[in-house]
Amino acid sequence: MYSEKVMDHFSNPRNVGEIPDANAIGEVGNAKCGDIMKIFMKIEDDVIKDIKFKTFGCGAAIATSSMATELVMGKSIDEALELTNKAVAEALGGLPDVKMHCSVLAEEAIKEAICNYLKSQGKDIEAYHKCDNCCRNQ
Amino acid sequence: MAGLIYLDNAATTGVDVGVLEKMIPWFAENYGNPSSIYSLGRDAKKEIENARAKVADALNSRPNEIFFTGSGTESDNWAIKGAAFASVRKGRHLVTTNIEHHAVLDTFEYLSKNGFEVTYVPVEPNGIVDARKLAASVRDDTSLVSVMMANNEIGTIQPIKQIAGLLAGKNILFHTDAVQAIGAVPVDVQDLGVDLLSLSAHKFHGPKGTGALYIKRGTRIDNLLHGGGQERTRRASTENTPGIIGLGYAIEKAVAGMESNSAGIRKIRDAVVKKVLSGIPYSIYNGDPEKRLPGNANFAFRFIEGEGLLLLLDMNGIMASSGSACTSGSLDPSHVLLALGLPHEIAHGSLRLSFGTDSRMEDVDYIVETIKRIVLRLREMSPLYEDFVKGKKLEE
Repeated sequence: MYSEKVMDHFSNPRNVGEIPDANAIGEVGNAKCGDIMKIFMKIEDDVIKDIKFKTFGCGAAIATSSMATELVMGKSIDEALELTNKAVAEALGGLPDVKMHCSVLAEEAIKEAICNYLKSQGKDIEAYHKCDNCCRNQ
Repeated sequence: MAGLIYLDNAATTGVDVGVLEKMIPWFAENYGNPSSIYSLGRDAKKEIENARAKVADALNSRPNEIFFTGSGTESDNWAIKGAAFASVRKGRHLVTTNIEHHAVLDTFEYLSKNGFEVTYVPVEPNGIVDARKLAASVRDDTSLVSVMMANNEIGTIQPIKQIAGLLAGKNILFHTDAVQAIGAVPVDVQDLGVDLLSLSAHKFHGPKGTGALYIKRGTRIDNLLHGGGQERTRRASTENTPGIIGLGYAIEKAVAGMESNSAGIRKIRDAVVKKVLSGIPYSIYNGDPEKRLPGNANFAFRFIEGEGLLLLLDMNGIMASSGSACTSGSLDPSHVLLALGLPHEIAHGSLRLSFGTDSRMEDVDYIVETIKRIVLRLREMSPLYEDFVKGKKLEE
């Protein structure tokens, strides 16, 4: 049912945990639906210097969280905002159709964290050119 | 690792080797059609009747009340649709519970879209339906009541005999899905007082693709399959001779060994339950702790989701299942666990272990330790657990 890549990221997830002094935190999903993703970032000079996650959810939810954190680690926030759920799924060698929503959550969690960061920096989200989508959960 | 440990006997069981040996000659050697008049066909017919007598013995019924089918699902579909359509003159109201197997629930769903009205009686928080509440839901136009004998997810045993007593004299057909019960608890159709009873061979070390429906003499139900005159014109289809023969030997063996097998299985189950509940904090034992199948254990582990647990158990050589949505691809957790009143997020973290004749007491510690290690690991990465630890109140 899952690709080898998914099983690898599920059984050895990268970047699990919390960042105590994170300056960007995003949480999406809800327990009722069975998936919650929480992303912690340390952003310096608009670059993601460190990233960690915690996820409640199925194997695909954990694997997409892990892959999404790998894809944006070290990237500028502008680059990270270009992350798509498709890119996460492709990097994992594909996901079963019923699990595609997990990749959507992973994309949203990253954008949610960045949105919160931009707000905390006093940026005008409406005017921020890359943030068309990043605050759609708020 | 202790080798592969199979803890999913409620899903299916392996065919008993002795049973398999009895089946083999009926594939390539004695392949005659049981409806044919020459000896190759007559021999098959005779063996099928022999199997029918074994099933009848096991259920304390007459052989001519036993009809072979292709599965437990077919038996349920036949009993329910057949009874509903044959009884429309009495009425179009049907009664069942909210924890039935999908073979029953989806059949009622189909009927409710085709002119019937269905009442789903909720079970109590222990997973057992209150017989009096159920009996109170029947009306003058109720034609059929269907209640499973034992639940497939939480193993709870329903008060079939008591319900039959309360329905007596009301001219209502009573069906029970006994698929999980055969070979685990006594199933005596006279004692239970049911009109219709479904069973499936692969749940008690018989072959897949073979089931049976007990139809009490004098019970009118429509046919489900139309065609040839097999099964005394009630169920068309060339008989699955090897499968039926396998079912006969398997049920004979399962019922003969029931008492000693169940006692051994229960001991192992009880040991696992005790150690899990004492060793893993925030674990919940779903379903009545006493009135349940001897081989069934069903847990909910708070703050985690069941699929990850199953995948990691599999990597550690333990085969189990979950009521988790993720395995079925829907977002909803098990309807059975929700029927117990568990909130969604807790119902998502369920694990069903179903022990069988191959389960071994010496595996208990490995099973419990492995579950514990995985649960703790998944909790470490769960934001729900983090919130809980930080004292943030969970939203229900």
